Amino acid sequence: MEKLIVQKKVRYSHKTAVKSNRLVVEKIVRTLFLLAAITSVVSMVLIAGFTLAKGLPAINEIGFMNFVFGMKWKPGAKIFGIFPMIVASIYATIGAVVVGVPIGLLTAIFIAEIAPKWLVSIITPMVDLLAAIPSVVYGFFGLIVILPKIDSVFRNGGNSLLAVILILGVMILPTIINISAYAIKAVPNEYKEGSLALGATKIQTIFKVILPAAKSGILAGVILGIGRAVGETMAVLLVAGNAAIMPTGLLSRVRTLTGNIAVEMSYATGLHQEALFATGVVLFAFIILLNVSLRFITREAS
Amino acid sequence: MRRFKDSFATGIIWIAGGITGAILIWIVAYVLINGISELNVEFLFGNSEEDGLIPMIISTVYIIVLALIIAAPLGIMSAIYLVEYAIQGRLVRIIRFSIECLASIPSIIYGLFGLIFFVNINRMGFSLLSGALTVSIMILPTIIRTVEEALKTVPSSFREGSLGLGATKIRTIVKVVIPSSISGIVTSLILSIGRIIGETAAILLTAGMVARVPTSMMDSGRTLSVHLYYLAKEGISFEKAFATATVLLTVVLILNLSTKAFAKWVEKKNGLY
Repeated sequence: MEKLIVQKKVRYSHKTAVKSNRLVVEKIVRTLFLLAAITSVVSMVLIAGFTLAKGLPAINEIGFMNFVFGMKWKPGAKIFGIFPMIVASIYATIGAVVVGVPIGLLTAIFIAEIAPKWLVSIITPMVDLLAAIPSVVYGFFGLIVILPKIDSVFRNGGNSLLAVILILGVMILPTIINISAYAIKAVPNEYKEGSLALGATKIQTIFKVILPAAKSGILAGVILGIGRAVGETMAVLLVAGNAAIMPTGLLSRVRTLTGNIAVEMSYATGLHQEALFATGVVLFAFIILLNVSLRFITREAS
Repeated sequence: MRRFKDSFATGIIWIAGGITGAILIWIVAYVLINGISELNVEFLFGNSEEDGLIPMIISTVYIIVLALIIAAPLGIMSAIYLVEYAIQGRLVRIIRFSIECLASIPSIIYGLFGLIFFVNINRMGFSLLSGALTVSIMILPTIIRTVEEALKTVPSSFREGSLGLGATKIRTIVKVVIPSSISGIVTSLILSIGRIIGETAAILLTAGMVARVPTSMMDSGRTLSVHLYYLAKEGISFEKAFATATVLLTVVLILNLSTKAFAKWVEKKNGLY
């Protein structure tokens, strides 16, 4: 009898040992997974931290007003004003939206509502491919095809804000199309059926019922497209002309914020290099502004 | 009048769809037609100075492999944490916010960061390793999001069944959840490869542009996209630029098609059960 109890006790303690062992393993694994997930946070903090740490002292030294609203960028003379580039980036982005949003939105309607099934199965992969083309290939295409065309019409050498706008307009298409089409497809069928039952035509239903219902999703697509346009570097670099002057029109050569960093980073030192980091800080500010508005819109939608 | 308006609007929508398709065909066809005639064995596999793509191809593959070795485990584990372990709360919100931010940071800022952090502070110099570390952060959001989506599609009955049979959580994840979401994991890796191949700005600032076959990961190297930028910017040779662009586009096309084919294959295979 006593033996049996002892045996039971032994077995019991053995079992708990296995169990606690398992628990320890589980805990370790869980911590490992958590650490992996925290890499993203650490990376984000490091990226923001280093850009700010390198950029803010330069803004301080140059003076905020002189830097952000300065009209001249002459690193040789220690004059660092990036206002022309801010304006160029804004113009280029607005232009890209003007070119890309109508085509993109209508294509999204085409995919989600109008096109026959077989055509959808062709055009959807095409949009995906448009998104996958490397930006440097877009830039090369712009350089070799778009610039000569602009030059032959306007005799300005081709490098221009117009070329930047055309290339960016195409580059933001896939973002706008995919997200808008998704938003349009997510509109409940009852809305559509109700409108059709009331005697509205298909087109009326699309423009009066479906699009308003998908508004916030479409807006999110546009904002993500803007983000892509603001941050694009290589394609812009190849067609912009990169002159650090105030853009005077569609045909003037421009340098965007991203272009400013890419053109001069390879040889910049000292305050000049820090001024380029400060350009990055301004770019960062734009992206954060976009993200905040995106959050605002998606929160409103849900 | 109403009918006229309707068919007019429908016509415009068709035209917009047509324009999108036409732009893609124009770009792809233009590059391929001009590039294919420039492609030859000597250019593709040549290794002489400024001629031949072998150094660029090797550098590109080097960066892809290194970046995936670094980012794939981190990304997959992050996704598993977020889907299988995390309890909604402040920490998860911070993690998600960071991932969103990482996805929206322009590549040139990654380049700046890589240049200061990996190249300078950690004394890795302009090297394939610096480039790979930089792009590995860039592809993290893609991997995490895609894998997360895949994990979410695994029915919870699978997990409950496994746990009910006495398997531990980690065993359930390794033996049940990951195998059922393998297609999403593979897709995320292919997407990442596409992103790395297309990346130029960040790699230019961190891996440099030495056009020699790298002998170690501490060597500087020029990837295919950086090579195309260099050829186009300096106007050295448009023929070679076309050929390089053709190679880039072909690889991107193949990757794109293979994700689709793979997804279809998985669907078919799962359909058999």
